[in-house]
Amino acid sequence: MPDRPSENWLQRLRDMPNDRPAKTFIVAFTVSLVCALVVSTTAVLLKPLQLANRERERQEHILAIVERLPGVKELFATVEARDVEAHVVELSTGNYVRVLDPADYDQRAAAKDPQVSIEIPAKHDIAGIKRRARYAPVYLVTRGDDIKLIILPVHGSGYVSTLYGFLALAGDANTVVALTFYEHAETPGMGAQVDSEEWRSQWQGKKAYDEQRRVRLGVALRPVNPASPDVSHLVDGITGATRTGEGVSNLLRFWLGEYGFGPYLEKFQS
Amino acid sequence: MSHASAKTLTSPIFDNNPITLQILGICSALAVTTRLATALTMCIALMVVLTLSNTSISAIRRHVPRSVRLIVQITIIASLVIVVDQVLKAYAYAMSKELSVFVGLIVTNCIVLGRAETFAMNNDVPASFLDGLGNGLGFSLILILVGTVRELLGSGTLLGVEVFPPVSAGGWYEPIGLMLLPPSAFFIIGLLIWALRSWKTEQVEEPDYRAEAAR
Repeated sequence: MPDRPSENWLQRLRDMPNDRPAKTFIVAFTVSLVCALVVSTTAVLLKPLQLANRERERQEHILAIVERLPGVKELFATVEARDVEAHVVELSTGNYVRVLDPADYDQRAAAKDPQVSIEIPAKHDIAGIKRRARYAPVYLVTRGDDIKLIILPVHGSGYVSTLYGFLALAGDANTVVALTFYEHAETPGMGAQVDSEEWRSQWQGKKAYDEQRRVRLGVALRPVNPASPDVSHLVDGITGATRTGEGVSNLLRFWLGEYGFGPYLEKFQS
Repeated sequence: MSHASAKTLTSPIFDNNPITLQILGICSALAVTTRLATALTMCIALMVVLTLSNTSISAIRRHVPRSVRLIVQITIIASLVIVVDQVLKAYAYAMSKELSVFVGLIVTNCIVLGRAETFAMNNDVPASFLDGLGNGLGFSLILILVGTVRELLGSGTLLGVEVFPPVSAGGWYEPIGLMLLPPSAFFIIGLLIWALRSWKTEQVEEPDYRAEAAR
């Protein structure tokens, strides 16, 4: 009971027949009030614990992204949650956007929302994605003050599906550490080999840009002359999956270019 | 404990089990029993809600106008469920994510409203408390049995501990995938009802319809 002005008042309420509208109203009101107090007290008291749980989950999620990258295990004996930071980047300027929480930011949903996405001009839309969000999350793995890994979400059209993955660059924002796709529906046994350990391992050590800062990273469509500079940029294609290979090349060139993370990666050069 | 109150506590376990005799609470019995751990968490959550709702509804039963009694009952039940859900989110976050909406759906679990309406509204507080606890135990018994069978046969584990080493890990046990799907819970509950009614034949219902030839 919230309060009891007098025993008399309570006595009268207790004796009031249940079918009186006043009694109905009082009972309904009191039950609602007590329930509301119980629920809101619990919610307020437990909020800090729940927020801590969500924060821990977010860290683990980012950690899972990092640990999924091939080659990371060799680079670090252990990656701990505190070594990984997430940011949201405004793609056109390459600046961090502090007001957006990377944990809550959904790049895929944003790409569909005209308010927070742009239409990519057809001639620049090499990845075949039509629209892209203004902002994108990035993940940095640091050791002390050194940036060890820059992890960028990338996606683009392959042969029959859209490939979603992460490109991990070393701290120089040029050397590839890994490229991995976590979602696609390419032809099993052919294009789907983008998943295979063997194919993914080729990416390690390739350079994203050449001396003139042109994006050169990609999948070779024909045998690469070992003497040409292409060797440091291109990986072998997958037999029977030319179109998937082209798609991967295109999405990399898009996301490393001026409409993608180009402006952001530029900042690591200075 | 008097004989009558002992009966209130124990009769819902075998004689008047909410799942096997009243066939209530089937939704959660199907949804959360793929693993024993989730089934156990659900049992505790439901037992807490059922006991507290029975007790508090019984305490105010003389003052609840008939016209609004269902709304009052549901308000109390829903508040208790929210509290339990919040506590799970704070102290057992991973488990609460796994149970997802099914904790919230305790509100619509017919066992809780059923006991409030048929028992707590007509009996005193101690009896209602025992009835809530007893029905919670009856529900738990079935959920634990179903959860044990499904996890053991479906994954070869119990509470996440490997019991039957699966073929995929070099063992001998081929997990039965069906056990992880909701229909398997129907089969297991059906077998339990069969077993229970063979033991306690008074639970067998009169057939609704008899064929002419059977006379």
